[in-house]
Amino acid sequence: MKQLTLTIESRTEQLIAVRNFVSVAAQDFGFNDEEVSKIALAVDEACTNVIKHAYRFDATKRLKVTIKPARTRFEVLIADTGLRFDPNNLQTPDMREYLRNFKQGGLGVYLMKTLMDEVEYHMTPGKKNEVRLVKYLRR
Amino acid sequence: MSDFKILQRENKGVSVLELKGYLDAHTAPKLEDAIQNLITSKRYNIVVNCKDLSYISSAGLGVFMAFIEDVRTNKGDIKLSNMSPKVYNVFDLLGFPLLYDIVKEEHEAVQRFLKSK
Repeated sequence: MKQLTLTIESRTEQLIAVRNFVSVAAQDFGFNDEEVSKIALAVDEACTNVIKHAYRFDATKRLKVTIKPARTRFEVLIADTGLRFDPNNLQTPDMREYLRNFKQGGLGVYLMKTLMDEVEYHMTPGKKNEVRLVKYLRR
Repeated sequence: MSDFKILQRENKGVSVLELKGYLDAHTAPKLEDAIQNLITSKRYNIVVNCKDLSYISSAGLGVFMAFIEDVRTNKGDIKLSNMSPKVYNVFDLLGFPLLYDIVKEEHEAVQRFLKSK
């Protein structure tokens, strides 16, 4: 399977197109329906974070979603040139405590970490932010 | 956009919101408006029927978190029903079943409201 790229405008209307793009690729790669849904949701969360936090809903900006398939490794890169957002500094919340306090936001990062095998952030200040989501195919 | 719809109706005096389609960061404000309108009209007994909800992301879950405290303070609740296993999994991953009343069928949720009166 070849590397695939989708570039979208920073608008939440585009999330459905991203999910479709990733779902088709994940399905072709060999993931079952449940895994395909998990990957699509994780990528949705990553893109939503970029649109909301890195670009603050500036629709003139672009984000790039790249799928890099390799053997059993399915890697999705989400790249933007917006404000630096470092979720490595975010502590994984205790969900019970979190929900009791009725806090909003921050759920996306928690979901990504739960849904994927690897979640990494690479930042080049002023140039590029990149989120790398990885899921392994287990046969 | 036609990827998310809300049908509002009454079932034995309880407000029901039927969700259809995809609930993400783009469509979540629609649900936010619908629940806000119910609260503004002092309708605090709310059932969200998820029978035709195909997808939910954290933006959708955040809507329930935004209003639950307000609704419960007014002696009401937001109960959720008819979730597909796929949608339920997302709620479950975030521990929502601990705090939210999630039932199989809409009538069970309505009954719980009627009993608590």
